[in-house]
Amino acid sequence: MSDPTHLSLAEARDALKSKQLSAVELAQAHIDAIGKSRALNCFITETPEVALAQAQESDARIARGDARPLEGLPLGIKDLYCSKGVRTTAGSRILDDFTPTYESTVSANLLRDGAATLGKLNLDEFAMGSSNETSAFGPVVSPWRRAADPDSKIVPGGSSGGSSSAVAARLCLGATATDTGGSIRQPAAFTGTVGIKPTYGRCSRWGIVAFASSLDQAGPITRTVRDAAIMLRSMAGHDPKDTTSVDAPVPDYEAAVGTSVKGRRIGVPKEYRIDGMSAEIAALWDKGVAWLKDAGAEIVEISLPHTRYALPTYYIIAPAEASSNLARYDGVRYGCREQGRDISEMYEKTRAAGFGPEVRRRIMIGTYVLSAGYYDAYYVRAQKVRSLIKRDFDEAFASGVDAVLTPATPSTAFAQGEKGAADPVEMYLNDVFTVTVNMAGLPGVAVPGGLAANGLPLGLQLIGKAFDEETLFSLAAAIERAAPKIELPQPWWREG
Amino acid sequence: MSVDSATVRRIAHLSRIAIEDSEVERLRGELNAILAFVETLSEVDVEGVEPLTSALPMQMKKRADVVTDGGIADEILANAPLREDHYFVVPKVIE
Repeated sequence: MSDPTHLSLAEARDALKSKQLSAVELAQAHIDAIGKSRALNCFITETPEVALAQAQESDARIARGDARPLEGLPLGIKDLYCSKGVRTTAGSRILDDFTPTYESTVSANLLRDGAATLGKLNLDEFAMGSSNETSAFGPVVSPWRRAADPDSKIVPGGSSGGSSSAVAARLCLGATATDTGGSIRQPAAFTGTVGIKPTYGRCSRWGIVAFASSLDQAGPITRTVRDAAIMLRSMAGHDPKDTTSVDAPVPDYEAAVGTSVKGRRIGVPKEYRIDGMSAEIAALWDKGVAWLKDAGAEIVEISLPHTRYALPTYYIIAPAEASSNLARYDGVRYGCREQGRDISEMYEKTRAAGFGPEVRRRIMIGTYVLSAGYYDAYYVRAQKVRSLIKRDFDEAFASGVDAVLTPATPSTAFAQGEKGAADPVEMYLNDVFTVTVNMAGLPGVAVPGGLAANGLPLGLQLIGKAFDEETLFSLAAAIERAAPKIELPQPWWREG
Repeated sequence: MSVDSATVRRIAHLSRIAIEDSEVERLRGELNAILAFVETLSEVDVEGVEPLTSALPMQMKKRADVVTDGGIADEILANAPLREDHYFVVPKVIE
């Protein structure tokens, strides 16, 4: 086989099954690609020996007719998922060389189903960022380039920037990611890949480093809708170790890919047509509407009146939860420690040295909005507005809408250093279309919609009812069929 | 609402994050930019609205109150920056 890294996950699965390819060959091809692509800085830790050992077992299983659902498929793991015996950093200096003695439930599910793990993928520090520029291990570079400006390094989105860049650059067949305000869907949109954040509770959060626990959810980034469906089926499922994980059967999502969307009612929320929306994003959205209409869906305008409050609400709730979750990094049980005269100074110096500026800023905002005298004015008010945001969606779905179509991001990807340097809020605005979905706990998928005039990918977002990921896979596949195929630039990032 | 430099220092201390004097002004500006951004929530009418505390309406699952884990002290201490036998070691807490 010519270059197996160009196969989709589903194609690779079928090639292994029909023995056109061995799992060791497939793993080695990806290990070689990773070795030549370090310019992208996708991986924090590479584990080629782990992947090859897993591939050998996969070949033995395939030979004896005992293949599991993901047998021999090489994946990347976002370095927010704890990996037993492999350094796990969360993109932060504060965890130092923390090496978990346990495996996160979601990655354990992937291993149970036979996947091979190529290593740990770079991310924004503690998943706080929209460009992968806050990582303590340096920014990730996207394989995409602006047509007229090929020398600028383009960001892969964030926080799952290592995941999106590695999948786009064909360094792995798929990758795990997490999404608290858009961290799966925005990087997918920026890199022309597919990313789904399932319903809150669909995947276990156990063993994934916590950011904002009422919003965090795991999901895959892949190159096709079918691949996302295959990965999510393995990742999802009830876990007694996470009380918010839902005890409900996991459907065969792959079966939903390719099903008819005829008669489906798609809501188009007028409030997402924000002030200053670029003509290109508006045109992309119109195309998405036309593609679904051509496929037989019915389009209806809906209203989600509290949309504009979602991002401000997020920037109270997420930092509040983060300030609480990140209190555990105190230099006592794991990670780095700075010496101090007493325990309080030890805490303060350790946390000042270990956390980067974005994380420190969010912890401080979270601490402030939870502090005495401000708790009701900020935190409780934000929780009430969150109820209203969720109610908007409840009413839209109650009116008979099956899913909601929006752009995934307000712009294409940008170059390193272009956003947020003077004002952190400028970077936050990236998540304006995705964050509502986390607020309401709903599933959302980003799917490529073509290229912008600057040569960078654009993505559409579909939002579904709680636990109705199947409808999203069906609709996303319809968009995937209709949208123009996008082609990655020549692999400029490969050495040798 | 906006914060002054004394408040920045107080929040940093509550957050257990050491800050240099030279950082205070910059942090004050950044925190005030974020607080100005979230200020828009004050215009929302939330009269009679319950705060949302769980993303989806679900009953908190409870398990039997029995020991399900344990005997892994070595694993728990494996990543400690400083340990002695089965103890985490910290600077002196009481003078």
